[in-house]
Amino acid sequence: MGAMDVTMRNDQPYRSGPHWSEFAIEALIRVLGFSTIGFVLLIFFFLLREGLPIFSEVPPANLFGTRWYPTFEQFGIWPLLLGSAVVTIAATLMALPLGVATAVFIREVAPNWAREILKPLIETLAGIPSVVLGFFGMTVLAPLVREVLGAPTGLTVFTGALILAYMALPTIISVAEDALDAVPKSYRDAGLALGATRWQTIWRVTVPSARSGIAVAVMLGMGRAIGETMTVMMVTGNAARMPLGLDALLKPVRTMTATIAAEMGEVANGSTHYHALFGIGIILFVVTFLINLTAASSIFKKQRKGGLR
Amino acid sequence: MPMGLELCRRKVHGWHGLGPALVLILMLGCHPSAGSGEARPRAVKIIENKGSDTLVNLALAWAETYMHDHPQVRISVTGGGSGTGIAAMINGTVDIANASREMKPEEVAAAKANGIGPVEFTVARDAIAVVVNPANPVNGLTIDQLADIYTSKITNWRQVGGDDRPIVLLSRESNSGTYMYFLEHVIQQGKPKSKEMFSPETLLMPSSEGISAEVRQNPNAIGYDGLGYVTDDQKVVAVAKNADSPFVLPSVGTVNDGSYPISRPLYMYTAGEPEGTVKAYLQWLLTEGQEQVLRLGFVPLGRNR
Repeated sequence: MGAMDVTMRNDQPYRSGPHWSEFAIEALIRVLGFSTIGFVLLIFFFLLREGLPIFSEVPPANLFGTRWYPTFEQFGIWPLLLGSAVVTIAATLMALPLGVATAVFIREVAPNWAREILKPLIETLAGIPSVVLGFFGMTVLAPLVREVLGAPTGLTVFTGALILAYMALPTIISVAEDALDAVPKSYRDAGLALGATRWQTIWRVTVPSARSGIAVAVMLGMGRAIGETMTVMMVTGNAARMPLGLDALLKPVRTMTATIAAEMGEVANGSTHYHALFGIGIILFVVTFLINLTAASSIFKKQRKGGLR
Repeated sequence: MPMGLELCRRKVHGWHGLGPALVLILMLGCHPSAGSGEARPRAVKIIENKGSDTLVNLALAWAETYMHDHPQVRISVTGGGSGTGIAAMINGTVDIANASREMKPEEVAAAKANGIGPVEFTVARDAIAVVVNPANPVNGLTIDQLADIYTSKITNWRQVGGDDRPIVLLSRESNSGTYMYFLEHVIQQGKPKSKEMFSPETLLMPSSEGISAEVRQNPNAIGYDGLGYVTDDQKVVAVAKNADSPFVLPSVGTVNDGSYPISRPLYMYTAGEPEGTVKAYLQWLLTEGQEQVLRLGFVPLGRNR
């Protein structure tokens, strides 16, 4: 706002006559810009209106219990919350090394022509519909997981995490690559001039100085994974069990997103179950918002220092 | 076609600006569609039909046959689950709701609150088949055993005479009428006071296809679904009422004579007494329409109902 006023005042001497069209366009752009914020707020208020009643309708002991049987008035949210958390964390742990390694390869190692091919290809990965990946997971990956890892069923946290990791990769790779790109060339030159090998320069200089950008990349990838619905519903088995213990990785789980998607079609408008699903929506919204906020705030911090890294 | 007609009419209206030859061509172009019996009456009756996924294929077959014989009626059939259909009927967006369970008291109350008195029609019967992987040696289970399996009291196939394998429980989502029926009549064994539930380990599959896909490829799995949805690559298990009664495989005969223990009626609900087209359609369903039922793997309303 302040910046805009300054430019307008600077423009003043060059104006000849009333610039009402410029004013109109500026106003329009401003309205459009603010409307995005407005829409987010409206969605959030809608979520609150539909979801908040659950916290008064159902006693906390029930709401924060471990049994999710909505048709029998048991709205224990823990299995769903932990379900989403377990799948997302597992997916992030798988995607992090792969994504960073790919970004390093593209930015630091690959020759120019390879980079030109790889970058758009990776961005295309992001365009594969999640239902296609879900179907692939259900018919190809799940039997493999069952036979190779000896799980009772292939519809497990692990299977879901594998596919989610794959889906988060494009985000992680492109943001991490941008972060590496922002590391000044002088850093690399200095490293090499000191007699470090190319690998030592990458591992000890370039990647550490891009680490907060890489952290942002991982955050955004996590945001992508936690909100994913279709794939998760198809491959994680949707059993509302508490995913505790190490073997939980090879057992089914039910996430918040899959629960909303599977049950929203059936609930009577305004029922307790309906409010419960929106309550889950609120929790999901808040979690995703916090993740994105963390990512965004560190982007802003870095931009003030000059460059995303 | 009607749009084409409309277009032609407009062109002909504005003909004074065109050469006679062009008008001739336009009129020729109009001729076939205008002459070849666009005799469909203007007032096409539309019946919206929605609900149970168990019933959807049957409802589609009925609708297609009926529309073929009654071109003035259009019937649109969609699935989504019994609850979805009933909710739509209560909200007045469909004429007929398909349901594989009876309406719940709170749904009836919601309808009453909307000024609607729902009317129930039993349109066919369905048997719920219990399915396992073809490699599974278990041939028969009692209702008690099924209840214990689905509440995780029995967790290994060895305990019911099978291989030493863990049991993976498959179920439809909780919005499915099949889920409620199986819960009430198998897991709770018809006792209204029963607090038994599906084990939290149960995998809730969003579709019948999800169940059959997993049963096909996983020798640990057990699932249940409407008899009409069981494909040849799944093995149907015979079910016994209790330890003393014989194991019975589901079939038209065993469902109609009542010897197969897990079968249920399928319903259609209308908002108030049906009238006109909807009434005629339902009457047809309950008489001539019953011929279609068997072909789709369901059980027609027999003499022994």
